[in-house]
Formats: sequence, C-alpha cells, structure tokens
Amino acid sequence: MAEPQLDLSPKVSDEVRQTTCYMCACRCGINVHLKDGKVAYIEGNRAHPVNKGVLCAKGSAGILQHNAPSRLRAPLKRTGPRGSGQFEEISWDEAYDIAVSWLKPLRETAPEKLAFFTGRDQSQSFTSFWAQNFGTPNYAAHGGFCSVNMATAGIYTMGGAFWEFGAPDWEHTKLFMIFGVAEDHDSNPIKMGLGQLKARGAKVIGVNPIRTGYNAVADEWIGITPGTDGLFILSLVHELLRAGRIDVEYLARYTNAPVLLDCDPQSPSYGLFLRDEDDKPQVIDRRTGKTAAFDAPGVKPDLTGHIRRAGISHVSVMTQMAERYLHPDYAPEAVAERCGLTPERIRALAAEIARTAFEEPVVLNRPWTDFRGERHDTMVGRPVAFHAMRGISAHSNGFQTARALHVLQILLGAVETPGGFRFKPPYPKPATAHPKPHCRVTPGKPLDGPHLGFTHGPDDLCLKDDGSPARIDKAFTWENPMSAHGMMHMVISNAHAGDPYRIDTLFLYMANMAWNSSMNTRGVMEMLSDTDENGDYVIPHIIYSDAYSSEMVAYADLILPDTTYLERHDCISLLDRPICEPDAAADAIRWPVVEPDRDVRGFQSALCDLGARLGLPGFVTEDGAQKYADYADYIVNHIRKPGIGPLAGWRMGDKGLQSGRGDVNAAQLDEYIRNGGFFVEHVPEEAAYFKPWNSAYQDWAVQMGFYDAPQPYLFQLYVEPLRRFQLAAEGHGDRQPPEHLRERIKTTLDPLPIWYPPFEDGHVDPVEYPVHALTQRPMAMYHSWGTQNAWLRQLHGVNPLYVPTALMRAHGLKDGDWARVSSAHGSITVPVIEMAALNPHTVWTWNAIGKRKGAWALSPDAPEATKGFLLNHLIHELLPPKGDGLRWANSDPVTGQAAWFDLRVKIEKSAAPDESQPAFPPLASPVGSGPAHLRWQVRTTS
Amino acid sequence: MHPAPSIIAFTTLSGLGLGLLFWLGVDPTPPTGWVGLAFFLIAFGLAGGGLMASTFHLGRPERALKAFTQWQSSWLSREASAAVATLAVMGLYAAGLVFFGRVWQPLGWLGAGLSLVTVYTTSMIYAQLKTVPRWHHWSTSALFLALALAGGALLSGRVTVAMVLILIAGGLQTWWWQAGDRRLRASGTTLATATGLTAGKVRAFEPPHTGPNYLTREMVFTVARKHAQKLRLVALALMMVLPLVLLIAPFHHLLALLAVLSHIAGVATARWLFFAEAEHVVGLYYGAHNP
Amino acid sequence: MTQLPETTTCKLGLVIDLDTCVGCHACVISCKGWNTENYGAPLSDQDPYGAAPSGTFLNRVHSYEVQPETGPAQLIHFPKSCLHCEDAPCVTVCPTGASYKRTEDGIVLVNETDCIGCGLCAWACPYGARELDAAEGVMKKCTLCVDRIYNENLPEEDREPACVRTCPAGARHFGDLGDPESAVSQLVADRGGMDLMPEQGTKPVNKYLPPRPKDGWQGEVDVLAPWLAPVAEEPRGFLGWLDRTLEKL
Ligand SMILES: Nc1nc2c(c(=O)[nH]1)N[C@H]1C(S)=C(S)[C@@H](COP(=O)(O)OP(=O)(O)OC[C@H]3O[C@@H](n4cnc5c(=O)[nH]c(N)nc54)[C@H](O)[C@@H]3O)O[C@H]1N2
Ligand SMILES: Nc1nc2c(c(=O)[nH]1)N[C@H]1C(S)=C(S)[C@@H](COP(=O)(O)OP(=O)(O)OC[C@H]3O[C@@H](n4cnc5c(=O)[nH]c(N)nc54)[C@H](O)[C@@H]3O)O[C@H]1N2
Ligand code: SF4
Ligand code: SF4
Ligand code: SF4
Ligand code: SF4
Ligand code: SF4
Ligand SMILES: [Mo]
Repeated sequence: MAEPQLDLSPKVSDEVRQTTCYMCACRCGINVHLKDGKVAYIEGNRAHPVNKGVLCAKGSAGILQHNAPSRLRAPLKRTGPRGSGQFEEISWDEAYDIAVSWLKPLRETAPEKLAFFTGRDQSQSFTSFWAQNFGTPNYAAHGGFCSVNMATAGIYTMGGAFWEFGAPDWEHTKLFMIFGVAEDHDSNPIKMGLGQLKARGAKVIGVNPIRTGYNAVADEWIGITPGTDGLFILSLVHELLRAGRIDVEYLARYTNAPVLLDCDPQSPSYGLFLRDEDDKPQVIDRRTGKTAAFDAPGVKPDLTGHIRRAGISHVSVMTQMAERYLHPDYAPEAVAERCGLTPERIRALAAEIARTAFEEPVVLNRPWTDFRGERHDTMVGRPVAFHAMRGISAHSNGFQTARALHVLQILLGAVETPGGFRFKPPYPKPATAHPKPHCRVTPGKPLDGPHLGFTHGPDDLCLKDDGSPARIDKAFTWENPMSAHGMMHMVISNAHAGDPYRIDTLFLYMANMAWNSSMNTRGVMEMLSDTDENGDYVIPHIIYSDAYSSEMVAYADLILPDTTYLERHDCISLLDRPICEPDAAADAIRWPVVEPDRDVRGFQSALCDLGARLGLPGFVTEDGAQKYADYADYIVNHIRKPGIGPLAGWRMGDKGLQSGRGDVNAAQLDEYIRNGGFFVEHVPEEAAYFKPWNSAYQDWAVQMGFYDAPQPYLFQLYVEPLRRFQLAAEGHGDRQPPEHLRERIKTTLDPLPIWYPPFEDGHVDPVEYPVHALTQRPMAMYHSWGTQNAWLRQLHGVNPLYVPTALMRAHGLKDGDWARVSSAHGSITVPVIEMAALNPHTVWTWNAIGKRKGAWALSPDAPEATKGFLLNHLIHELLPPKGDGLRWANSDPVTGQAAWFDLRVKIEKSAAPDESQPAFPPLASPVGSGPAHLRWQVRTTS
Repeated sequence: MHPAPSIIAFTTLSGLGLGLLFWLGVDPTPPTGWVGLAFFLIAFGLAGGGLMASTFHLGRPERALKAFTQWQSSWLSREASAAVATLAVMGLYAAGLVFFGRVWQPLGWLGAGLSLVTVYTTSMIYAQLKTVPRWHHWSTSALFLALALAGGALLSGRVTVAMVLILIAGGLQTWWWQAGDRRLRASGTTLATATGLTAGKVRAFEPPHTGPNYLTREMVFTVARKHAQKLRLVALALMMVLPLVLLIAPFHHLLALLAVLSHIAGVATARWLFFAEAEHVVGLYYGAHNP
Repeated sequence: MTQLPETTTCKLGLVIDLDTCVGCHACVISCKGWNTENYGAPLSDQDPYGAAPSGTFLNRVHSYEVQPETGPAQLIHFPKSCLHCEDAPCVTVCPTGASYKRTEDGIVLVNETDCIGCGLCAWACPYGARELDAAEGVMKKCTLCVDRIYNENLPEEDREPACVRTCPAGARHFGDLGDPESAVSQLVADRGGMDLMPEQGTKPVNKYLPPRPKDGWQGEVDVLAPWLAPVAEEPRGFLGWLDRTLEKL
C-alpha cells in the first residue's frame, strides 16, 4: 500500500490582518488569519517589538474569545432587581438618553457625584481626558488594587519601575533574580527573556513562596515567607555594604547618595536636602571641598560629604544609609528566621551577587557623554538584573519593599547599565516630570487638571478646605499620600458608606467589581444592591461597560456593550502605557479586523458620543457639534499639546512624515495597518544605556516628544517627598495629618527603605491564623475572562487550594479532600491538593478561576461555579478591628495599594460539601448559554 | 483500562462461541439436523454477536471492512480475518451437518483450528501490548484459550471435559491475576522512566487539564484494590465453583443451564476485571498506578 | 501501511527543553488552533461551556514534582505530544493501515479517511499521544505540522510546527534528529537529551533535554566568603573605606 498523497501546502488563509492582542495587558502583535471574512487562526507577529512572533496560550485562543457565547449583543437596561441578571435589550439611542439623563444634571450641579473608574483600561489618557472634561475628581483606573506600589516606588526612586516601565538587559545579564512574579504584564517578554538566559546558561534565582512557572525553571529557589522580602533585601544590602561591594563611582555620579541632608532634629527642614537658590540639591565637590549643585559641569560629588551651614549640620545620604543598613538589625543572623531562610543562604546570595556584579562586569565599547559633559569611552555594567511584581508590591509594606529592591539595584550600579535593568521609553522620567494630582471641582466646567499624579508633599494632597478627602476613593489623603493610581478598590465601599460623601452615578468600565477584582466579594455585592430606608439603591445609578456577560453586568442598571478586541479601534499610546522596549519607542493600535455582528460599540467610541451629548469641552466643536465621530477619529485628530497626539508614528512634518512630534496625518491609521499595527523607533546605539544621564538619549527623547527639554536627574536613594510627609507628622507645616495617623506616617513614610511587618500581622492573631494564603495568575488564563473560552477553561476549570506537605499531614488531608479555610474576615470550604515545592507556611490557589453561577454563558453546574472558588471572600478592604476604635485599610500606607497578599488563614479538614462554599444563587444570563458541542473550523468555500 | 461493555461482551461471547465451534468441529459425532442447527445457531450467535458487539466501540463502524486489510502486521486485522474464516468454514461445515446430514470432518478440524486461532488472535490484541504489562504475557493467550475451551465444552454438554477444563481455566485465571499484579513493576516502566526525571522522587503534580480527556477516560481507569479482590472471588465463584457444584449434582437440564449462565457471568466478571485492573503505562503520566 | 519503513530519509522531530519550559500551555493552544483549522477533522470539544468540558488536544503539558534527597522540591513542566517513534507500536497494531510512518521524514500520521476509530493504536502508545476525536470518531495525533513544515504558502521562516513557532520560552526545537550535524542533534548531544520510557523499545525520535541540576548551593559558605570579605563592620570604618575608594577613582 502506498503512502497517502498529502496536500503539504494547503492554503492557510485568504488574508492576514495584523493587529494587537488584548487577552492581557502585554499587548503582543498578532497575525489574524481570515477565511471567508471569518477569523480562522491567530499567530504571533514576528516583526512586533513585544513578542517577536511568539504567542501565549491566551493569545492563541483569541479566536474563541472573539466568538465566545458570552458576548453581549446590545445595550441592556435592567428589568429585575440589581444582582438578578434580568435585562432587556435597548437601542443605543435609548441607552445614551438614559445616561445623559443621569449625568447631565450632575455635571451642572455636582460633577463629583459621578465616579468614573475604568479597570484595566488601556486607554487611560483618553478616559481620563473624558473624566477631566466632565469635571469629576473621581476618576482612576485599576492601578490602586493592582501594582501601584511597584510603579510608585520605582518612579519616585529611579524614574521608572519594573512592570511596563523597564526590563532586564536579557542580552547581557549573568545573574537574574525574580521576586514575586507569576505572570506579569510583560508575560511573553519575560518568557522570551528567560529562554534567552537559559540558552546562554545564565543563572536564574526565583524568590517566591511558590515554585511554579518562572520559579520552577529557576536554577535556585528561595521559598521566602510572604511579606518579608524587604527584610531579606535589606540584609543583602547590609552584607554588600559591609564588604564594600557597591558601585562607588556610579553612586557618586548618578544618584543622590552624595546629596547633603539637613540632620538637625530641631530644624524645620530636618531631613530635607540642602538646596541652592535655584532649588538644586547640593553635594560636596571633591575637587573643591565646597558645595555645588549636583549637576554642575565637572562636579565630582563626594559620597561622604558633610558640612555645617547656618548652624545646621548636613551629611550625605550615603552617610545616613551606612548608619542605617550597617546596623546589626539587618545582619543575616537577625533576619533570616523571619524570612524563612538561613543566614548562610542570605550571605551566599550576597556573595554571588557581589561576585557577578564586580568580578564579571560587562563592558561595551560604546562611547557616550553624560549630562555633566563628561565623555566616557565605554559603557560598563553590572550583569545582575532583578525583576519583581505583585509578590512584593501587593503587601502593606510593598512600597518600601519595592524601594528596597531599587536601592539594592542602584547600589550595585545595575540600573541602566549593561547587564542590569533598563528603562523602556518614554521612561526614565522622574516623579517631578509627572503631573501632580488635581481635584478642584467647578460645576459645569472641566477639572483643574489631570486627576492622578505624584505628590511631593502635603500641599499636593487632594483634600478639601475642611481637610476632608476630595476624592471618593480617598486617594492622596493622609491615609495614603502617594496613591498615584487612585484606589479603585475603595470606591464601592466608600460610596456605599457615603464616606467622604454620597455619589449619584457609578460608571465602571471593564472591571469585574462584583466578583474577582474586589476584596470582600459578598460584601461588595450587597453594597451594590443595598437600598436605603425609601427602598432606593444606596448607589443610585450604575452604568457599566463590558464586552461579556460577567458577574458585574448583573449589578448595573445600564450596560454599554463593548466590542471584542478584534472589532474595534484601540490606541496603545506613548501618552499612556505604550509597548516600548528598552531599545525602542513603540506604540500600537487595534483596528476592526472584522466587523461586529451585534449591536455593540467600542467603549471609547461610545464615550465620544456621550461626551458630545453631554456637551463636554474636548468632545464638541466650537459650534457644539460632535467633535470625534468615533475613537478612530479621536486617535488621529486629537492633539494633546502642540505636535503631540495619541500616536507617535507617521505624524506630519514640514518635510513629510516624521516620528514623535508632528501634525495630524489623516492617513495615520492606514500607515499603522500597513506596518502591522504598530510603530517603532529605535533608540540610537549611544543612547541605549545610562538614559537618565546620557545626553544623546536626552536629546533623542526631546526630539521624540517625551519631554520638552533635556531633564537629567539623579536616582533617589533618599526620597525627599516621603520626608516631607514625615515632617508634617512630626508637627511641621500647616497641613497636618489627623492625630491617629501621625505615628504611622512617621514610621512608614521613611525616606530610606525600611521593613515593617505586613499590617495584617498586627491585626490578626498569628497563632490562630498561622498560614499565609496567596493567589497566582495561571499563565493560560486572564483573570475572569479566560473562563468563557472553551479551550482555556479545559486547562483551568477548577482551582484547588495547594497545601504544603507538612500541613497536609498535620491536618490529615489527602489530595481531593476538602478543607475549611478561615481568615479573621470569613471562611471558605474548598478542595485541596498537596504541593511540596511550597513555602511550608503558605497555601495558595489560582486567581479568578471561581465563577458565579449563571455568568459567562456557562451552564450553572460548571466546575468553576461548583468547585472553583475565590480567595477574595477571605480578604477585606478593611483590617479587622484592633480595639482602637478605628478600622484601618488593608492597604499600603504610602500608596493605598490593596494588600491582597497579607492574608493570614487557618485551615481544617472538612466533610466534602456539595459545592465549594460560599455558594451564591445563580444569575440570570442575559445571553443564554453556550452550545453543547464545538467543532471550530472555518473552511474556505473557494 | 476502561472496561467498555462492548469489548467485554465481545471477548466473552465470542470466546464462548468459538470454544463451542471448536468442540463442534472436533466432535467425531457432531449433532446434525435440528439439534445441529440449534448448536450452530448458539455458536454463531455468540461468536458473531461478539464480533458485532466489538464494532460498537468503533468510532467509524461503517468503515469496519477496512479492518481486514492489515493481516500481515496487525493482530486486530488478523483477528477479523480469522474470525471470518472460522465462521465461513464452520458455516460450510454446519451446512453439511444441518442440511445434508454429512460430516465433512476435515472441514470440522480446519474450523476447530481456526476457532482456536481466532481466540488466539483476540488474545494477542491484548497480549501484544507492551503498554499494558498485565496483559503482555503468553499466559493471557493461554487464559483466553482455556476459557474458550472450557466454556465451549460446557456449552456443548461435555460435562467431564468441561469440569476438567473449568478447573484448569479457573486455576490459570487465579495465577494470572496474581502474577499480573506484579507485572507492571516487573516491566520496569515507572513514572521516573516515563519522565526521565532523575533528580529525586517524582510525583505527578497537576494533570495537563483539570477536566477528563480521552486518555483518562480510556486508559487511566483504576479500581480500588479491595473492590477488585472481592470481584475476583465473585468471578471465580461464578466461573468455576458454582458450575462445578452444579455439574457434580445429578444431571438436570435446568442445573446445566444454570451452570452455563453462571460460567458466562463469571467470565464476564473476569473480563470486566481484565480491563478494569489493567494498568496502562500512560496512567503513570497522570499519577495513577504509583506504588 | 501498517508496516514500519525500514529506514526513513530523515527523522524529523521535536526537542523539548525541560530546563526551560515554564508550563505556559502556549504550545497546547496554538496546536489546537492550527490543527482545528488544518489537517483532517477539526479537534472537537464536548460540553465546552458545561459541567465537564473535554476536547481533543494533540499536545498537553503535565507537571511533576521532584523531591531530591536534599534540597527543596522541584517542579517540572512537561509537554508531551507524539514522539514519532522509530519503532512505533501504534502503527503496527493498526488494522486498517490508517496509521503509518512516512518514509521520507519519519512522521507518524493517521490517514483519517481509513481510520475506523478502533482505538487500538492509542492503547499501543505508551505516551498517551493519540486521542480519539469524539465528534469525528477518528484517531487524532500530532502531525508534526506536516502541513506547515513544507507549506509553500507560508514564508520560509514559518515552516516549522505551530507549537515551536509560538513557544515564548524557546523550549521547543524542531529539526532532523537523524542528522548528527543538525542543530537539534547538537543540542541533544550537548545537553544529554533523553528518551522517554526507553524500556518500551519504541525508539522515540523526539528527545527531552533534562532539567539542569538545581539548587546547587548546599550550605558551603567558604567558597563564597572571599566575595564578602568585610571592609568595615560599622559606619565610620565604612565611610573611611568609601573615601579611600573615591580617592582612587
Ligand atoms: N484574590 C485576588 N484578587 C485579585 C488579585 C489577586 O492577585 N488575588 N489581583 C487583582 C488585580 S492586580 C487586578 S488587575 C484585578 C483584575 O480584576 P478585573 O479587572 O475585574 O479583571 P477581569 O476579570 O479581567 O475583569 C474585567 C472585566 O472586563 C471585561 N472585559 C473583557 N474584555 C473587555 C473588553 O474588550 N471591553 C470591555 N468593556 N470589557 C471587557 C471582562 O468581561 C470582565 O468583566 O483583580 C484583582 N483581584
Ligand atoms: N496570564 C495572565 N497574565 C496576567 C494576568 C492574568 O490574569 N493572567 N494579569 C495581569 C495583571 S492585572 C497583573 S497585575 C499582572 C500581575 O503579575 P504577577 O505579579 O506576576 O501576578 P501574581 O499572579 O499576582 O503573582 C504574584 C506572585 O508573587 C508571589 N508572592 C506572593 N507574596 C509574595 C511575597 O511576599 N514575596 C515574594 N517574593 N513573592 C510573593 C506569588 O506566589 C506569585 O507568584 O499579571 C498580568 N498578566
Ligand atoms: S501575553 Fe498573551 S494574552 Fe498577553 S498580549 Fe501577549 S499573546 Fe496576548
Ligand atoms: S508516541 Fe505514540 S503515537 Fe507517537 S509514534 Fe510513538 S507510539 Fe506512536
Ligand atoms: S483508531 Fe484508526 S488509526 Fe488507530 S488503530 Fe484503529 S484504525 Fe488504526
Ligand atoms: S508539531 Fe504541530 S501537531 Fe505536533 S504538537 Fe506541535 S503543533 Fe501540535
Ligand atoms: S509553549 Fe514552551 S514554555 Fe510554554 S508550555 Fe509549551 S514548551 Fe513549555
Ligand atoms: Mo493587575
């Protein structure tokens, strides 16, 4: 018998359209293969700067996301009680009319009564523009419950952070340490980077209580006790200082280590920098022994400088650091046990870092010139790179822990040097180059400036004249003075409590607040549907935009159905969270590679319509007509400031098309589409490292429009704005914190990194609740969305609680048994599975697999709803009462970041219940449920 | 392995039918006429019905004829061919007996031989599989043959022969079970060889998907040891002990019928166990069959 | 066809790096996507939005814990698809000839129009590499993307299996394992590539690169001590050292 004849060259598709993936925030480039106008296959775009052709499981499964039966089909008006899921489909005109009837009166009388929060929005520069024009101070995206500690600590310290702001120098690093990362927003690049390290045989060390994913491939695993990374890192700092294993030259040149500090406790500027008339921080110039501005040409800053001026002693930041971190409190012996490590282990790691950084430097033969005008023949780097994410940031000590890690990087001279950590344009950008938060409301008028930003002292807080919070989420108050991303997780509970005030309309976009993105999920569902004594809802109106039938949909009065990511325009802008790489500035679009087959609209386009109907400046022309027909129109024609628009590519210049700055180009989107959906401009070679101080980079950044003039700056080992809040807490100045917060501000807003135990440890009895409980993102699932995807839900249809071997034994548990897990706040009953590669005091589960019955077009007996569960039921947005009459927020005291991972629990064996507990009544599905069989194939008819 | 009813029925019934055909084929004084017809109908019913049952588990039964093509290499193909050859030859032989009252003895011998060959090919479908160490042994064929012969003898009313053969088959079955319990380990295939992971003790942590799949349904079936032991006793009692008791008792048609039914039930139970207890090595990947 | 070819012109296969695989399942889904749209019947899913979703996949990623005698437990992600065995038992058991091994490149395939869905080949495969599609009733297995690797409608660089092209970590490699000079063969030689279940005698073409030894640090302090030789124990001495160091710059 002969072998069958195969068609080895079947036609793959009729057409390929290139756009940007949206199954997570990583935003890879995709090739969408179409057959007969239908999406047939999705693969990575090889030319794309982010993913270079690869694609993760979610990205490849996009076809089933795009076709999910859970897609909303038309605007919905609630017909049953909130939380029932009963709706009727209405027209867009009716939907807009309803929205306008609620919003217009608010704008004219009390714009702050609209709270507009936008979840994991990738168009924040647009949505915030809308909110600003509406005039409400109550706008933010999800950063506050996500990773604001990371972003803020990084920006205050070094003008950029891990996450989307930078990346390890994968090409050159020799030792890579990854702290508390399961997936990250940079998911494909991290995997690609790890692969590159592995191929080179570079060493990877994972610091994580759980050994899965990246930590599983790590050559060494540090199974740290949750919440103690700061201590561990500062102990490494202690050892490196003791051994003089720091980059002295780098510290002197590029950081504020030599900057002089007022060290007179009586002085009103105690702990602030010594500044000259131009407000420039002062250093001692080693050439003269005199003070000089840090950036004066030729200055050689002295790290050990000290001076007495006007009767006040000043010493360098470095001197203070030596005093603090050489203290035996930070010795490995003093910290190891608390971290779940041994002193020898910490010492060995310090030694390995020291050896790699200083015995194996990377030297690139690339001359460059620094901001003081000094020419360097080579670029010398320390091939030790760090990366971290929510494992360190989602704790109540996360800001300081992230700071500690940045300080460690900087001491090693491993930031913006070859082999270390590098920024992605438009970063680096110091905190001072960012806006400050604005909150001044004038009815009928736009807000006085952008909502979010960076505070530099008490004057920048968003307080009303009576000192009460100006914002519904209480961001930028004494409770969390540097809450740069707002605090979305507090909005619903504050609005429900009418504290600081009542609102009228809660407008949410793309955040499943009635389920996985809230703490205290049951409580939030109750708050959303709670009524007052008249039987009216406590939160009178809720508008929500989702693309799918999520849990949150059931709690809104009006639904604006979004398209899927393949059906709309989007803009991944340099004004926002772009897709840049360390070697390139880049932005991207999404465009309708297929047209929607339902009565849905891209949410941004809906905002253009709504903005026009409300007459918002910025959304109407001078004669009052709608300014932007849709989002595509906005993307091309909006001008933020002269020459700068949402997209940086193919702008119109005098001599033709140009990058960065330029006028509107009506054909801009066509250029993007032609180029595969993205624009990329490479950083010149000599500008590729030392970016904050590299003149070539500074000039390039100005030319690209990142800023208007070169702005070299120093890394802030010592963060002066923190000190300003401390000073206020010590009684200086006229904006004073409330009494109950003074002590906390004094201890936690330390300008040099410190460690303190996670707050929950002080509010919950650690003996009764001895176990840490965490979640991790599965690589193949995106929060709650993944579940509606028939392929992905087969990978993760249930989420057991993973329990370390010793705890399994201690509680007589076997795989598949059930356990009751309780925190001070609540309890859940869930299936367990044993795991050995786990910190012995930690249990964990996959995040957001558990689903509410009736959501996502799944059948009510779906395993996600009967066996899956949320850990969120155990976590409260407030800490348990401590007897001081106060309820402290379960947040970082600096940034307000939700402290998801501070959770402590106890576990006990339980009889197997019918389904995991707590169980909730099913929601009615506004979209029905999915088909019983799937054979997904688009065959060409030709 | 998943004990699929169609396959249990197939192997049990076709074994019996072929066993009966064997005895009919070698009988120097085979039944003729109506009696012959009855015997052959039973034999063909069992053997043919069994074969029919086997097609129920095919994904594409309408293409079953294609299964005859690969007799050079495939035991399943050989089995199909042998079965058809057996039925054809014995059909002819039966026609002679029933319709013409003629005993074409050589044809009978040929048919008897083919019957055994068919049972053997059936057994080899299983015994050839290295992936199921419990089956991968000559004794699997011996057992299938013994049971077919015993059952056939019983059906054909050869009481003494049947009693002896039932004893032999029962003994063989008992030994096969016990020896089989050690075969997975003896095969040397473990989770360590399956994964090649040698840095320490390997444990299956998470399956690839949280839900079931074809492999877990088909090959990662496990039965509790206690349960299996009980079923073994039941099978043995039904297949051997009870028939022997009934046969020893003074002959009565009803008792004989009971003995036959009991034996069939016993063999079917043993067949259920044959599959249910068979550890496919792929189970190791899913964390099954770990010592 | 059920007989195996004596030799094949080349031995195309995959090399999977267990040291690098992060267990992301990207290969699983890209395989599902490609093969749903291409070679043979689509890979179906039963009860896709219900209580027991279960579909056909040609590639699945397991995970294993390894507990060494000393040191912490390890976790290994373990992708598995057809290994395109040289002595493929799945081929010889097939009664219809639907299963065969290609002479030109050694790829083991199922000719779906001949397959009766008897399942025997899946029983014969020790690796669980074959799955009977519940909707189509025929046996499905990894095709090594035979309709990609020679596909003239694809750009040259894309003529590799979908799972290899997509793997973000670069843990999957494709090539001719019959050619000792090929990149994959070199990788196997360098990294001690291994067979799964060698005792089954299937002679798999696909090779697995074992995880590199992990957690090498076993408490020895002395080797590392020189890198931490103290320059000072307290701030004063440290500042003195700083001064001296700056002086030298
Ligand atoms: N226990 C625990 N809880 C956590 C976390 C944790 O680690 N542990 N992590 C927290 C973090 S960091 C985050 S960011 C949050 C995430 O939580 P959410 O932001 O709530 O995440 P999603 O589940 O992705 O929900 C977003 C909603 O967007 C909808 N959506 C999807 N695509 C579109 C679209 O194209 N348009 C529109 N309009 N809507 C769309 C989805 O249907 C879904 O309802 O969860 C938080 N919750
Ligand atoms: N596939 C996928 N990718 C995603 C998402 C998704 O849902 N799915 N979500 C996106 C979003 S919104 C975000 S915010 C990012 C988050 O990206 P990650 O920060 O990587 O997300 P988490 O899953 O929360 O991972 C937190 C990790 O920290 C560890 N950890 C917890 N506490 C500690 C500690 O005290 N110390 C240390 N060292 N480790 C600790 C946990 O074990 C876990 O591995 O991922 C983004 N990417
Ligand atoms: S990492 Fe995956 S889901 Fe996220 S954008 Fe890239 S391909 Fe899409
Ligand atoms: S892995 Fe299994 S299916 Fe693939 S060739 Fe080998 S035996 Fe056959
Ligand atoms: S299932 Fe198909 S390919 Fe497999 S052995 Fe049977 S006929 Fe052959
Ligand atoms: S080679 Fe092709 S068919 Fe085989 S596992 Fe990879 S993607 Fe799937
Ligand atoms: S895509 Fe690569 S890294 Fe991900 S599971 Fe597959 S082999 Fe492993
Ligand atoms: Mo997040």
